[in-house]
Amino acid sequence: MARKYREIGKAGWGYTAITSVVGFIYFFPVLWIILTAFKTRTDALAVPPKLFFTPTLENFTSVFFRASITTGTSQATDMGLYFFNSIFIAFTSVGLALIVGTLAAYAFSRYPLRGNDTYLFIILTTRMMPPIVVIIPIFLMFRLSGLAGSYWGIILLYTAFNIPFSIWLVKSFFDELNPEIEDAARMDGASERRVFFRFCIPQILAGLSATFVFGLILTWNEFLFALLLTGVETRTVPVAMARTLGGEVGVDYGLLAAIVTLFLVPIFFVTFLLQNQLLRGVTFGTVKK
Amino acid sequence: MAELATDNLGTQGAARGGFGAWLLDPKRRGALLVTPAITILFVMNIFPLMWSFGLSFFNYKASSPRVPSFRGLSNYERVLTDDKTWERFQTTAVIVGSSVLLQLIVGFLLALMFAKAFPLRRIVLMLVLTPMMLSFVSVGVFFKLFYEPTFGIVSYVMNLFTTEKFVMLGSPAGAIAGIVIADAWMWSPFVMLLVLAGLVSVPKYLYEAAEIDRASSWRTFWTITFPYIKSLLLLAILFRTIETFKLFDIVYIITEGGPGSSTETIAVFLYRNAFQFFQTSRSAALAYIVLFIVIVLTNLYLYAVNRRAQEAN
Repeated sequence: MARKYREIGKAGWGYTAITSVVGFIYFFPVLWIILTAFKTRTDALAVPPKLFFTPTLENFTSVFFRASITTGTSQATDMGLYFFNSIFIAFTSVGLALIVGTLAAYAFSRYPLRGNDTYLFIILTTRMMPPIVVIIPIFLMFRLSGLAGSYWGIILLYTAFNIPFSIWLVKSFFDELNPEIEDAARMDGASERRVFFRFCIPQILAGLSATFVFGLILTWNEFLFALLLTGVETRTVPVAMARTLGGEVGVDYGLLAAIVTLFLVPIFFVTFLLQNQLLRGVTFGTVKK
Repeated sequence: MAELATDNLGTQGAARGGFGAWLLDPKRRGALLVTPAITILFVMNIFPLMWSFGLSFFNYKASSPRVPSFRGLSNYERVLTDDKTWERFQTTAVIVGSSVLLQLIVGFLLALMFAKAFPLRRIVLMLVLTPMMLSFVSVGVFFKLFYEPTFGIVSYVMNLFTTEKFVMLGSPAGAIAGIVIADAWMWSPFVMLLVLAGLVSVPKYLYEAAEIDRASSWRTFWTITFPYIKSLLLLAILFRTIETFKLFDIVYIITEGGPGSSTETIAVFLYRNAFQFFQTSRSAALAYIVLFIVIVLTNLYLYAVNRRAQEAN
């Protein structure tokens, strides 16, 4: 056992085989969803469940085109717009939260106010509230201000959700930096702006990427607020997903699985590309001086 | 305000005068940097929170046009004397406790597995990270399908081993297990990421020293590895407890709180009160009680963590 912990170093292909089996088992439910996306309606609900079947692209087509029974022609659905909305809203709000949160985190780390911990705690508290509670006031507020159904409304709301943990995470990265280097730069006549952009930010880039990915994962799938606060033009994919559930014919698992699969692609690639940053970023706050 | 700025002789900005200079005064830089974040938080979070706090003292119903009247603490009284509330809290505690525990165990084991570098690690890691990227709606719908007695793969596999027909969601215990498994499956990777961060940060020379001393693997773990992952493990518990406390979508989709009310968590109970029975004010009162409990738990927890940290030094 001791050897296992000691060697954080290299392991060979044999180890890859073992971890792949474990990873595959863990991934199995996702795989099942992806397979369902390629199944016909009868195959999706076959008894016993089918692992091998003739794949069809029918579900993917019907994500974007709906066949009209009466005329026999196919009609485009708005799913393309919903995918754009999800990407636009998630990336903008997480980016905004990161910028605003980084500024605040820098202030909390470098210019501690009296009662600093109290402020930080209050900020964390805003994330503890069950969202259902604030929904009614937010709903009324959005209707009165005309923010309901607009991009800005939902973007600002998601930004607010992401700010608390952006501040907490980024602050932990700033706290780990060595302030002596910054002081030395100041002695050499560097302006505050320069210290911030040239010395602090580059050192925590990995941490910022990690925060961005975390925020993106949490925002990507938000459902409840999107359901109540987006309009026909600004609807996001999770809301559109839920709309496939209703109806007298029951859940169309194939169609739902196809949407889920397509919706997984963007976030999967962002996470894959930033994976090293994600791992290093989480590590950053823990390395002791 | 201008006075304040000119008083501060040590700053160059003040000499230029005007609002801009006052604003950019180094004394206020901290506050200035915090302002955008606080503004957004205030408008989108704190203000609605205060609004619903206010509502909790009235008898407002979102479904009725009647002008609400002030009721003082009666909403709180009714919620706290209702046996249902306490039952829902117990259910929530069971689900939160078992789910977080399972996430810690699974996340920890996965982290041990991925602490080594090995070929294709990036890709294998993605297999494990993917559940976190699914939406609650889809996890809920598909886990419900997996548990389905006739079409579900879980039921199919279980029926190979038992003669009796396997109905996962038929009993309260089974339904709770079904929810816990879905939630823990989705969020164990999050715990894994945090623990992994701790494992990687352990200096290797410590393990070499332990080997020279012929320390047992058990001792090596508790004296070397554990202290490094402890703080992150505690952070993981805090985050996951807060989030699981709010668990709604998965429960609502998989069991709708049933059978009976055996899996009705506080969040589902709140949703029912607020949007099915339109008891807006009473659910606001309940929500504040929930928030109060979460804050107390968090504080107790942070207190314990800080005391431990002090003892360690």
